[in-house]
Amino acid sequence: MSLELRGITKTFGSLVANDSIDLAVNDGEILAILGENGAGKSTLMNVVYGLLQPDSGSILVNGKEIVIHSPLDALEAGIGMVHQHFMLIPVFTVAENIVLGNEQINKIGILNLDKARSEIRRISDEFNFDVDPDSLIEDLPVGIQQRVEIIRALIYDAKVLILDEPTAVLTPQETDELLRNLKKLRESGRSIVFISHKLREVKEIADKITIIRRGKVVGSASPSASQEELANLMVGRDVDLKVDKKSQQLGESIVEIKNFSQLNHYGRPIVDDVSFEVRGGEILAIAGVQGNGQSELAESMVGLQENTKGSITVDGHDVLKNGVLENLRSGIAYIPEDREKDGLISSFSISENLILDIHQNKPFSSKGLYFPDAVAANANIRVPEFDIRTQSINDTASSLSGGNKQKVVIARELSRPVKLVIACQPTRGLDVGSIEFVHRRLVEERDQGRAVIVFSTELDEVFALADRIAIMFKGRIIAIVPATESRENIGLYMAGLTPGGNSHA
Amino acid sequence: MSFDHLSTAQRKTAQRIVFLNVASALSLIFFALMQKVNDPVTYSFVLGDEWAFIKEWKLGSKTGSTNFSLAAIVLSLSALWMYVKRQSAKVLISIASAALFMSFLNWASAGDFVPFTGLLQGGLVLSVPLIFGALAGVVCERSGVINIAIEGQLLAGAFGAGVAASLTKNIWVGLAVAPIAGALISLILATFAIKYAIDQVILGFVINVLVIGLTTFATQRALTTNPTVWNSAPIFSPIPIPILSKIPLIGPIFFNHTIIIYTLYLLVAVIQVALFKSKWGLRMRSVGEMPVAAESVGIDVNKVRFRNVLIAGAIAGYGGAFFTIGSVGSFSREMTAGMGFIALAALIFGRWTPLGAVAAALVFGFADNLRSVLSISGTPIPSEFMMMVPYIATIIAVSGFVGKVRAPAADGIAYKRGGGSH
Repeated sequence: MSLELRGITKTFGSLVANDSIDLAVNDGEILAILGENGAGKSTLMNVVYGLLQPDSGSILVNGKEIVIHSPLDALEAGIGMVHQHFMLIPVFTVAENIVLGNEQINKIGILNLDKARSEIRRISDEFNFDVDPDSLIEDLPVGIQQRVEIIRALIYDAKVLILDEPTAVLTPQETDELLRNLKKLRESGRSIVFISHKLREVKEIADKITIIRRGKVVGSASPSASQEELANLMVGRDVDLKVDKKSQQLGESIVEIKNFSQLNHYGRPIVDDVSFEVRGGEILAIAGVQGNGQSELAESMVGLQENTKGSITVDGHDVLKNGVLENLRSGIAYIPEDREKDGLISSFSISENLILDIHQNKPFSSKGLYFPDAVAANANIRVPEFDIRTQSINDTASSLSGGNKQKVVIARELSRPVKLVIACQPTRGLDVGSIEFVHRRLVEERDQGRAVIVFSTELDEVFALADRIAIMFKGRIIAIVPATESRENIGLYMAGLTPGGNSHA
Repeated sequence: MSFDHLSTAQRKTAQRIVFLNVASALSLIFFALMQKVNDPVTYSFVLGDEWAFIKEWKLGSKTGSTNFSLAAIVLSLSALWMYVKRQSAKVLISIASAALFMSFLNWASAGDFVPFTGLLQGGLVLSVPLIFGALAGVVCERSGVINIAIEGQLLAGAFGAGVAASLTKNIWVGLAVAPIAGALISLILATFAIKYAIDQVILGFVINVLVIGLTTFATQRALTTNPTVWNSAPIFSPIPIPILSKIPLIGPIFFNHTIIIYTLYLLVAVIQVALFKSKWGLRMRSVGEMPVAAESVGIDVNKVRFRNVLIAGAIAGYGGAFFTIGSVGSFSREMTAGMGFIALAALIFGRWTPLGAVAAALVFGFADNLRSVLSISGTPIPSEFMMMVPYIATIIAVSGFVGKVRAPAADGIAYKRGGGSH
C-alpha cells in the first residue's frame, strides 16, 4: 500500500510545526524521516494518525484522498503506529491492551479475549516475537513492549507502519533486533515509515530518506550518503561530529566511591555495591540502558538520595553525610537528567535561574534583602558567555528552547569553582548545535583538570566524550573499559552480557 | 524483623500476622487478666422470626475474654506457623481477628446484654450509604475523575427521593428521582472537571457546599413550613426473602431488608464483574489509567469519562434514597452527615476495587453501630473514641499501613485531545 502526503501544514499559534510537507512511501518500502528533535516529525505523524487535524493539505492512500479524523480512521485505512512513548496501559495485560478499542464481547457484555490471544500467539510465532498474551505490560522489558505495539498494528492489519523514534528506549542489541524485524515486515509487503534522528540506523534500514528541518522538507537522500552529508542536511550547516580533545593530563583522584549501594523504599538495591574512582582531567562515561540505577547513583553523588550504604567522597568531602548545598559548595557541578523538572524553575526568569545556587550569597542578597540589580548584572555576563539565545534576561525559563534551557543550567553550574562535573543525559532532546556546545564545554572542563562524569544512554555520546567507559546494568557497574573498546562489546555489556558470553542478569 | 527478601504482598501478610500476635497477647493482658470482676455478659442471637437454634449465651466477662484471647493467641500463632510453612493463612487470620474482637466485646459489655445479631445487622444497614457512595467513587475515579462530591450526590438523592415521594405520595417516583438527582449533581462535576478542566478536588468541595446550601434552603422554606405536602414521604418496608430470611444469624442480617439494599447486592456484583471483565470496565480503566493510549485506539476519552461520571452520580443518588424513603421517610438538613467522605475513605481503603470498598465500608458501618450499641449498654470506653474509629482507620489506610495504595494513574487529570503531542 502506498501512502502520500501533500502540502500538510499544521500550526500551533504562531509556531509553524509543519510547513507544506510532501512525502510518499510505496509498497514494500522503508522511508526514513530524518530530522532533529523539534523539527516537526512527531507532529506530522500525529496528523497522519488522526491525533491532530492539519490546517491544510491532503493524505492519499493508494492514490485516493482520505480524511482522517481519529486514530480509528487511520487504523481502518491500514495505517498503524508505534509511538515513541508506548500507548500501552501498564496495569493491563498484553491481550487487554490489544483488544482495547476493538473488543469482542458476548451477549451480556463480557469480554472475550480468546480470539485476541490466539492472534497474538500467531503473529508472535510468525516473527519470533516471544510475547505472552497474558503477561502484564509493566512486567515486560521495553523491547518486548515495543513488539506488543507492533503486534497490535499487525492485528489491525496495518499495511503502513509508522515508527516514531523507535530506538530511543532500546539497547543496541534490541535495536538490531528491531531493525531485523522491520526488514522482515518489509519482505511481507508492508510499507514502513521510520522516524529518527539517529544517522547510523537510518542509513542501515532506509530505502530512501526524507529530511525535515524546522517543519519543512529540506531534501531527500539515498542511504548511501555519508553520515556527514546527512547531518549537514539535517542541521542546515556544516557540522563536526567529532569533539576535539587535548591529550590527557591525569590529575589526582577526586571522586572515590566504595561499596556504594542505594536502596529503594522496599529495601531493594537500586544501586548495588558500586566502587570506582575518577581522577582530575578525565571523563568517565557511565553507559547503560535507562533505568539501571544511573539516576539514583547520580543523585546520590550530590546528596539527593536517602537509604544509602557505603561511601562516596569528592575531594575528601563525605557527600553522603553533607547536605546538597554543602556538596555544591565543596565543588560539585550537577547537571540533572530532567532539566525541566530538576534543573530549572520554569516560571522563574533566566536571571533568577542563573543564581538559584548562590542567591543567598553576596552580592545577590544580604541581611535578608535581595538585590535584583546584582542578579541582572550576573545574567548580563553569563548570557553572552554561554551563548544563551533569548529576547531578554527577564523572560521565564519556560520560554527557552531545550538547548537554551540546558545552557542556562550549565552556565549556573559551571560558574562556581568546581572540581567535579556530573552531567546526566546532558544532550537528551537537544539539537545538533546545542549538542556540540555541551560536549565542547564538558571537554573544556576535563582539559582544565576537573573530573567529569557523564551519564548517557547514547553510545555516540559515550564514545565522543569518554576517556574511560563504565557500564551499568541492574544497579551494578559490570565493567569499566577504556574508550577504545568496541561498540559491539559495550552493547553486549549494556544488555548484561560479557563479551565472553557470561550473563550478569 | 527484616522483610527485605519478600515481595510487597508477602511482607504485608507477614506484618499483619505479627501485628495480630502482638494484639492477641495484649488483649489477654488488658481484657482478661487485668479485669477485676467477672460479671455475666448475655448474648442474644434472635432478632425476629427466624428459626431459633441458639437463643441466648451467657459468659462471664473475665472468663469469656480469657478464653477468646487464648483462642486468638493460638490461632494467630498457627497463622504464623502456616505462613512460615508457606501456606495460605487467610482463614486463620480472619478467625483470629474475630476472636480478638470478641475478647474486646466481652470485656466492654461486662454485666450487659449484647444483641449480637442486631449488632451485625445494624452495621450492615449503617454501611449501606457508604457502599453506594464508595461504588460511585469506584466508577468515577476508575474513569479518571476524582469524586469528592459523593457527599453532595448522596444528599441530593436523599432530598430528591424524599420530596418527590412526598409530593406524589408514590414511593416509586421517589426511588426513580433519586438517581436522577445524583446524576444532575454529577453533571456539574462532569461539565466543569472534564470540559473546563477545573481542579477536581476544589470543584468537588464546592459542589458539596452548593448541595448542602440548596437543600438546607429548601428545607427551611418549604419542608419545615409545610411538612405534610413536602416532607412526609412513605417508606419502604422490609421484604423478607422466603426461607433465606429464616436462617439464624444470616437471615436477619442479610435477607430481611428493603428493595434498596437488595439492589445494592446486585450492584456490587455487577460492578465488580463489569469493571474487570467487560468492555465497559476495560474502557473505563483505560481512560483512568492512560487516556492518551485509549485515544490512540479510537476511544473518545472525554465521552467515556462524562458518561461514567453521570453513572457514578446516579449510583450515589440512588443510595441517597436510603436516608429518606429507605429508612425514616422525612428529609432533614445535612442528614448525610459526612457519610460521603467516609465513603471516599472506604474507596481508598478498598484500593479502588468494588469488593475492597465494600469490605472497608462494612468495617466502618460496623464500627459505627458498635459505638451506638455500646453507648446504650454503658461501657468503659467513651463513645467519642468509638466515633473516631473510622477516621483513625482511614488515616492508617492512607498512610500505607495496609500496603502501597495505588490510585488510577490518571485520576484527577483532565484530558485534552492531542495534548500528548507538541
